[in-house]
Amino acid sequence: MNRRTFLLGTASGALAIGCAFGRTGGRVWRHHQRTGELQPNAWIRILADGRVIFTLDRVEMGQGTMTSHAAMVCEELEVDPTTITILPAEASRAYDNPDRQIRVQITGGSTSTKASWQPLREAGAVAREMLRRAAAETWAVPLGECVAIAGTIQHAKTSRMLRYGELVKAAARQDTPRVRLKDPAQWTLIGKSLGRLDIRPKVDGSGIYGVDVQLPGLLTAVIVRPPVRGGTVAKLDASAARARRGVVDVVQIPEGVAVIAEGYWEARTGAELLQVTWDEGHGGTLDTDALFAAFEKLASARGQRTAHDAGDAYEALGKGTRVEATYRAPYLAHATMEPQNATCWIRRGRCEVWAPTQTPGIARFRVAEAIGFDLDDVAIHTTLIGGGFGRRGLVDYAVEAARLAQRVKRPIKVMWSREDDQEHDWYRPMAVSKFVGSVEFGTGNESRPLQPGPGRITGWLHRLVAQSIVTHEAGDFLGARVPNATPRALRRLVSAGPPRMTARGTLLDPTSIEGAADLPYAIPNLRVEYTPAETGIPVGFWRSVGHSFNAFFTECFFDELAHAAGKDPYELRRELLASHPRHRAVLELAATRAGWDTPLAAGVGRGIAVHASFHSFCAQVAEVSVTGNRVRVHRVVVAIDCGRVVNPGLVAAQVESAVIYGLSAALKQQITHRKGRVQETNFHTYRSLRMHETPVIETHLVTSTEDPTGVGEPGVPPIAPALCNAIFAATGKRIRTLPIEAALASPGAAS
Amino acid sequence: MVKLIVNGKSVTVVAEAETPLLWVLRDKLGLTGTKFGCGIAQCGACTVHVDGEARRSCVMPVGELAGRAITTIEGLATPPEMERAGERWRAGTALHAVQEAWLAENVPQCGYCQAGQIMTTVALLAANPAPTDDDIDSALSANLCRCGTYPRIRRAVHRAAKAIRP
Ligand code: FES
Ligand code: FES
Repeated sequence: MNRRTFLLGTASGALAIGCAFGRTGGRVWRHHQRTGELQPNAWIRILADGRVIFTLDRVEMGQGTMTSHAAMVCEELEVDPTTITILPAEASRAYDNPDRQIRVQITGGSTSTKASWQPLREAGAVAREMLRRAAAETWAVPLGECVAIAGTIQHAKTSRMLRYGELVKAAARQDTPRVRLKDPAQWTLIGKSLGRLDIRPKVDGSGIYGVDVQLPGLLTAVIVRPPVRGGTVAKLDASAARARRGVVDVVQIPEGVAVIAEGYWEARTGAELLQVTWDEGHGGTLDTDALFAAFEKLASARGQRTAHDAGDAYEALGKGTRVEATYRAPYLAHATMEPQNATCWIRRGRCEVWAPTQTPGIARFRVAEAIGFDLDDVAIHTTLIGGGFGRRGLVDYAVEAARLAQRVKRPIKVMWSREDDQEHDWYRPMAVSKFVGSVEFGTGNESRPLQPGPGRITGWLHRLVAQSIVTHEAGDFLGARVPNATPRALRRLVSAGPPRMTARGTLLDPTSIEGAADLPYAIPNLRVEYTPAETGIPVGFWRSVGHSFNAFFTECFFDELAHAAGKDPYELRRELLASHPRHRAVLELAATRAGWDTPLAAGVGRGIAVHASFHSFCAQVAEVSVTGNRVRVHRVVVAIDCGRVVNPGLVAAQVESAVIYGLSAALKQQITHRKGRVQETNFHTYRSLRMHETPVIETHLVTSTEDPTGVGEPGVPPIAPALCNAIFAATGKRIRTLPIEAALASPGAAS
Repeated sequence: MVKLIVNGKSVTVVAEAETPLLWVLRDKLGLTGTKFGCGIAQCGACTVHVDGEARRSCVMPVGELAGRAITTIEGLATPPEMERAGERWRAGTALHAVQEAWLAENVPQCGYCQAGQIMTTVALLAANPAPTDDDIDSALSANLCRCGTYPRIRRAVHRAAKAIRP
């Protein structure tokens, strides 16, 4: 991003810099006169007592933004990050995610470091320069002799020193200077494994998550939701529930029937006393087996859209050895450790929401919409967040809390049970892929020299059928993206357009085809077709989004073709990635560190996969053994290239987290529907990896001078295919349907 | 009305006997460090100590706990049952050695499961001051972490064990 858009981008907010590298228009000075602080931009405040307050606008949900982002600011500001105060940003357009495709105040898409890299360092540098200028003026010495060191400006010649706090007033008079960022050789924080700044309250029990918010007279609501999608209340008898001690009210809202009580237990047990007859509509007919059959049928025909087309795949597939396979990926729940919840208090025409949300921006828009408030009358406070993984980019919980707060006129917390969370998620879409590949042996065509080795892949046809996330979620984004002053009706119109287009297939949903349409391998005839399939089951962003299934599909099928060609799957990948050096570098690094050519114990197999997502590159080698239906993952070796590494410790933690999250899904997880009802309702049936099942995970970082890119998600996509390819190496069985444990247990599913 | 001993203090709460301890702690006593994850004894987020043993508070009716010593994450630094057991304390710090180890190893990500992980670990180390990796597996497999902090939890358990051992 260039300087100009940075400034324009922040200029929309109340806390903005105001004007480009010149006079501040008096804003910084006026703010100083009001508060005694120096606030050169939306992120930094320096108090007269020297305290530095950093407003963190990318939420901390465990991925480490509090630490990495503080390091970026403090590196340029020249202060010790362990001494500053870090506050989560309220909803404000000043904090829209500067990523060009987002422009909404949301944390997601593995954009946090990438998008903040330039603006936050500039913000720190601007403050530092204003302080240096203030010191130079105060001492009447050349600016070049004033050096910022650890929260002070120093003048070596005269051994003088002023603390930042002492310079606040003089600095607030300065214009916003043009800044030069530090040379990487001078970095003392970036690139180092600074310890996490967010964890003390997470180990002593004092951290306040959404579920922990307490307010005077707070009520708790649980919502009894329809057992199937789109179900509505046909008959309600709430008399027993109302009679339960501690129950305050029973209220019907569009989402279901809310039982409001003094505490969670009273509300939950009160809810069990409700007598609801549901009108199930069509929702009661949804069945997973039937949905897969319907998806497979769609995948048997030519795709509705062509996502990629090179050479002539259909012609190539008529020659050589034909390899066909069908792959299936199920719906997945996010299963954040903290169930969904939000607290709301409406008084004197103001609505305040406390929520563990990835998107204060969308929360504000949707809450305002739901209760008919102006955006400016809605405040969103982000609490600590018990896991996001994409789930908290939706704000249904906040909307429910606001609707109820409007009814009961008291502060109220909506608490979802684990069952609510499992049964009413916005799931990772289910998807089916039919592949046809062709492998040619022999002499081939003299004008096109053969690749080394016995066979070569000449054709690749991928027919992908998946449900569109954009259809379900884009409305929220677009509605929150238009300027705050946009009239409500127009805002609604804007938010409805693209979802309709993706549903009809007139617009290609990029999140469905990502990681499939941009297959990096040099295959001469390569065609990817896509057909959107709507089931009515809500879908959403799940850690790594479309990559989560497309890496599984493509990297497993590539492995099948490598075997059909009689090639080593690693060597063939290397060969066909010749023009993709960053893919190839992580592939080689992972293979080398894993000892790809070294012998393994009897019964152990090794599999490899490489996949690029969120502008980063990741390769993984998994070592597994299989006894009966049980898969034991012994070791996972990961190589990742995410550009410059701001904090190696945090990157390693995110990689381990991604591998474990991805392994849980690949081995154990699926959301299935029978008669419209979700079958996996809690952790006993929606199982996750536990301590004793966790492999040794080794993470290797590629040294790079490219700007930083995604970290939270890119570790997820390669694990499922690396694992399935390893299972093939160990057993000769191809897993084409996830999750693996279920596939191994059902005879026909693996071959 | 139930009389409880929570973090060394006697408290009387008005609650129906079958109310799970978790909701008494959270909603009635304002001790929100103990978390709700599943409500069916599957995740360990709600782990507390009852007479020094790690128990899941989401399925413990409070009526059965009269007079028993309950320790939550908030009271970990000075639990009386640990003193009775002659456990050594790191004088002058407000954190238990296990919590210190968690900080040193940068264990938490979202942190939501960590109170439970720490409570399970403290109970493990009280019973087994030098656990092997297998011992750690069997004790801590009761606690889910959706952020996947297991590798660092393991390191922190070993670190804490070393710090506590005489
Ligand atoms: S909340 Fe008690 S074990 Fe999950
Ligand atoms: S740290 Fe997030 S669930 Fe364990």
